[in-house]
This record gives sequence, C-alpha cells and structure tokens, in this order.
Amino acid sequence: MKFQAIDQFAANLKPSTQAAVYDGSKKGYDARTKTLFDHFEDPNRLRRVAGEIKQHVVENLDTYLPQVEAKLQANGVIVHWAATAEAANQTVLDIMRARNAKKMVKSKTMVSEETELARFLDKNGVECVETDLGEFIIQIDGDHPSHLVKPIIHKNRRDIATSFEKHGLGAYNDDPQTITQRARVHLRKKYLEADVALTGANFISAESGRLVLVTNEGNSRFCLAAAKTHIAMVGIEKILPRDRDLALLLNLLARSGTGQQLTVYTEFITGPKSAAQPDGPEEMHVIFVDNGRTDVLASECRDILRCIRCGACLNVCPVYRQASGHAYRSVYPGPVGAVLTPLLAGKKFPEFADLPKASSLCGACNEVCPVNIPIPDLLLRLRNKGKEEHVPSPGTPPMGPWALLATQPTVWKSALVGGKIINHLPTKLLPIPALRAWENKHSLPEWKGGDFRKWMRNRPSKPTTS
Amino acid sequence: MNLDHRVLPGSGKRVQLMATCLCDAFYDDVAKATVEVLEYLGCTIEFPEGQTCCGQPAFNGGDWDASRKVVRHTVKTFAGDAPVVVPSGSCAAMMFHGAILEFEKEADLADVKALGHRTWELGDFIVNGLGITNWPGRYDAVVAFHRSCHSRGTKSSEAATALLSSIAGTTIVPFGEAEQCCGFGGTFSVTFPNISGAMGDLKLDHIRKANPSVLVSGDMSCMMHLGGLSEKEGKPIKTQHFVQVLRDALKNGNLL
Repeated sequence: MKFQAIDQFAANLKPSTQAAVYDGSKKGYDARTKTLFDHFEDPNRLRRVAGEIKQHVVENLDTYLPQVEAKLQANGVIVHWAATAEAANQTVLDIMRARNAKKMVKSKTMVSEETELARFLDKNGVECVETDLGEFIIQIDGDHPSHLVKPIIHKNRRDIATSFEKHGLGAYNDDPQTITQRARVHLRKKYLEADVALTGANFISAESGRLVLVTNEGNSRFCLAAAKTHIAMVGIEKILPRDRDLALLLNLLARSGTGQQLTVYTEFITGPKSAAQPDGPEEMHVIFVDNGRTDVLASECRDILRCIRCGACLNVCPVYRQASGHAYRSVYPGPVGAVLTPLLAGKKFPEFADLPKASSLCGACNEVCPVNIPIPDLLLRLRNKGKEEHVPSPGTPPMGPWALLATQPTVWKSALVGGKIINHLPTKLLPIPALRAWENKHSLPEWKGGDFRKWMRNRPSKPTTS
Repeated sequence: MNLDHRVLPGSGKRVQLMATCLCDAFYDDVAKATVEVLEYLGCTIEFPEGQTCCGQPAFNGGDWDASRKVVRHTVKTFAGDAPVVVPSGSCAAMMFHGAILEFEKEADLADVKALGHRTWELGDFIVNGLGITNWPGRYDAVVAFHRSCHSRGTKSSEAATALLSSIAGTTIVPFGEAEQCCGFGGTFSVTFPNISGAMGDLKLDHIRKANPSVLVSGDMSCMMHLGGLSEKEGKPIKTQHFVQVLRDALKNGNLL
C-alpha cells in the first residue's frame, strides 16, 4: 500500500523540528483560547459576524475594488493592478527603476512570498532585505517560511545562532536577546540606506482608503521612516467595507494569531506624507494582486478568500503539528494552505491535489477560524474535484465496489456474515489492502457481522420491522 | 449546522434506528444497547432491514458520485416521518451536514434535507429530544470521555457527559488536549498511518495520565482506532460507547 507524501514527510521529520513545531503551535492555540474566552462572553458570535463581513466583501469585490481605488487615488496613492505574480513583481521593479532605486527594505507580506518577490529583485540587481526577524532569518538561510505568522517556528535558537555565525553576524551565541540585538544593529543600517519600503496590508478600508498594517516588531514603521517611496503589495481580497469593521477584525486577528489583545504596532496609513508631516514616504503605490484569486472567486471554494492570515488553523491542526509547514510544499501551509494552494495553483492543481487529503476532517480549524471559514467542507469539495479530474490518490481505497455493495441490502447482509472469515485469517491474507494497512498499527476487533440483525430478529419482544 | 428545528418524537415515541455499518460489522453490543436503552425510555423502534451505510466513506474519500448512490439508498430505506436515531455522531453529521453538501446541485436535495432534519445523534436525542438529563441505576467507573470531532458544533458531547455524570458511581476525569482529534479520520488512518498513529498515541498518553477505568465516546470509530492502537502496543485500554454505560447502569440497578 502506498502512502501520502505529507505522511512520508512527517515520518522523516527530525524529532527536534517536530517538537519545535508542536510546542510553538500549541502555545499559540492556548494563548488564543485565553485571550478570546477570558475577554469575550461569546467569541464564536464575533467570529460569525467577522465571517459575514468578509464573505460580503468577497461576494461584492466588483463594487469594492473600484471604490477602494477611487479612495486611494483621492488620498494621493498611485494604484496598480497585477493579474499575475510576474506582473506584480515587474510593477515593483518598474517603479524602482524609474526612480533609480537600488535598495529595498520590506516587512512581512504573504503575497510577496507568493510572487517570490525577494528572489526576483535579487536576480534583477536590487537588494531586498527582509526586516521581520523571522523572515530575515529565513532569507539569510535561503529557507522558506513554515507558518503564516511564525515563519521560523520550525527552527530553534541553536539553529539560528549557527546561521548568524555562518553569515557574519557575530560568533556563535544562542541567547535570544543577543541574536535580536545583532539583527537590530544589522537592520538599522539597512533602513537608513533604503530607497524603497515594501509592505503588505492586513486590511484596506473601502470607506476611507486607509491601509492597515500590524506588526509586533515595529519593523514596517522603521521601513517607512526613511524610505522615499512606499509600495504596498496587496491581495485583492484584503478590503473591509468600513473603518469601524477594523475594531472587530483587529481584535480577532491578534487574539487568534498570537493570543495578544492587539499587536504591538498597528499602523493606519492614509497616503504619502502630507505637507504638514515632517517625514514619511513622499510617494505611495498600492499594487492589487490577483494571482489566481479571481479563479478562486469563481469556484465553489470562494469562502477561503475571507482568510486574514492569522495562522490559528495551523496552530490547532493536529496534522500540521505532526508534519510541519514545509510538508505542504507551498507558501500557505496547514488547513488554509491545503485549500488555498491547490486553488491558486490553477492548471497545476493535480500537483497539489493531495493536500486536501491531509486532514482527519476533525473540524478544529473551523472552530478557531476568526472569520469562520468552513475549511473541512472546502477540503471535501477539493477531494471531490481531485476525483472528478482523475488525479491519482495513493492508498485511497476505491469506493465504486463499496457503493455497489451498500446499495444492495441482500448482498450487503451476506457479506456481513461471510466477513467472519477475517477472524481466522493472518494479516497478510486479509482480502482488503486497507485492512492489512490497518493491522500494521492497530489490532482489528472481532468481526461480528450480522450478529445484531440476528439478535434483533430473534428477540422475544418482536420489534416492528419494515 | 442548525440543529434547533429537528423533528421531535411524537407521542408514541416511534423512532427508526440507524445502527451504523460499524456496529453491523463489529460492535453488535452497541446497537443492542441502543435498542435496550431507547425501549427503556418508552420508544418503539423500527429497524429498517435494508439499511447499509450512511455514505460517509466515499464522501470523505472525495468520491461524491459513489457516496450519493449510497445516500439515495439510505433516503429510500428510511422513508417515513419518525426521528432517525444513530449511535454515532459521525454518521449523524453525515446525514444532517455532509449529505446535504454533496447534494447541493441535485434534484433530490429536498429528500436528503428531509432525512437530515429527522436524524439525531443518540445522546442528543435522549437529552434534547426526550428531555432526559438524569440517568438511573448504578455504574462504578472512572470515565475518560472522548469528545469525537463530528460532535463539534452540536449538542452531542454535552448531552453524553451530562447523562454520564448523573449516573451513581460514575465520575468523569478530564484529560489534556481534549479538543484534539484522536487521529482516526476514516481512510485517513490507513493513508496517513504515521500522522494518524502519532495523533492517536498523543491522545492515549493524555488519557493514560488521567488513569480512567474506561474510555467512553459516542463514536465507535474513534474507539476502534484508540482501542486498536493501545492493544497493538500491548497496553490495551478498555473502551465503551456511552450507551453501553447507560445500559449497564440500568442492569446494575435492576431496571432492565
């Protein structure tokens, strides 16, 4: 019997990596539960309301996108549209070249991971420095993030101390404070040298065109302090209808993601610096990125576009905890990634059709999602899509013969009684591969096929049967 | 999932029993206990002989075409208007949630919805359908109650634990990370054996630390997984469906 790639990945994972991922995600889950349930009487109601707001946006993007564009332009922001990752990256490069800019500092943004912006700029002779500490470590290691809000959840401080030493950031020292200080000294210089700052956006209000950024390190603020040009790369689904919606969404984002009441820094940006402001970027660009999102919108899985990238579904997911984010072979790991990755893959869907299988469908992801995305339902829809497109699925038993059996009660009943033979067979002779696989890890209970029916028929107080 | 408007039992307390394929094949005693407990509560039980499976294996496997065939058979088999009672949160959820999802675009969606509307998980039916919250008799046990995942968003686990904790002699012990899945997940347990097994072992570790005399759940699929793992490891844990506990309590109290 063949097994699924993610299961193999989990089996081969270094125990220390698995422990780091497990501990980090469990801590995240515990903190989330505490800050939500200690402070709100019924957090689940908040999640439902937030879900409805985001679903409303998703279903009315055609109205909100022109509205937000007009607001941004009125605020002095230059708006660009990018249908693909390549177009988004090229837009960034064009803006930089037009200004003869050579150096960029950037804060963490998932959409730029999707487009692989940093690698693209590097190839084109532009220095692009990640300033989020986790992303900075990923960058010097040539690694990939493995979690939406804790990109280096798979590393421990000894791993980090080793790579700092290797990349000329001081002799080996695994004290977290020392590591942070060294990164700070290194990055401060970069902030001052940069021509352009690139950020994402956690939300953009359609009402005001206000762009909202949350960080815990204040790095996006530093990015924007010295650079003359600010470019924000934003997925088209990031819109909120009104400023007041932020009260709900910011509360849920921080509490769900990191268990904080609010992130340490929450920035509201309404455009380039005005004449009255002493500093800040003189020019601001927003690049709205599609990169497969309108295809998702057209699919039956559009609810996934509500996602606010908090990572709560990863933290609670038992499969993610065992397998780690890299098992998902994509920018978006965990339950949200298992839905979003195959959808965003477009024609490459078959390459990622195994991701939705990596779930026991336990539903914990839906239970913690701040925008109440029915992730298990979406995983199921994608499994069905895989089946309809005849994508092979290693180890999955064929269901045709089973359906034939289960629609013919007479045959079914004979099979139940006849099945007793398995009580007398050694494992290797069990007639069904799935049963043999089961017996690798479990004992099989005694087959008692038909016994209940017999009892029911022969009871002294004869029940009604039809 | 909105479970607030389901079909309530009529004055004759006539119900249809969906025994589940797992009880049909392995756990006959759970189905028997379900009959005995429901009859004790004054229900008249109809057991449609044509029943096979709820259709969930193919639904979860992504083969919705195959699953719909089985669901259609189930809809036909459970014709009528009486509540359908199932000793499994997972099969119940298949009827009132999963089947409806895969029939979204089908002409007979209304029939599937009607069956979903009549389907109750057993504990939920006893507590919220029949209004029973105190269980008579006696059962001396320290119970670890595993909340199965298909009861998320329903009143099932709450109902089962309310019944269990009302039994004289029974105490429920809490254990760590109770919100986590046991790792069964149907075919997941054989296609992802490493992850599924690791999830199960973690669950068993937490349960063993609480030192219960029996592990109880409303879903025999979880019990088959956890019981099977523990037995294979040579450290078997006794498992029961909560309806077996209810039945045994009645027997111990000479009420059955």
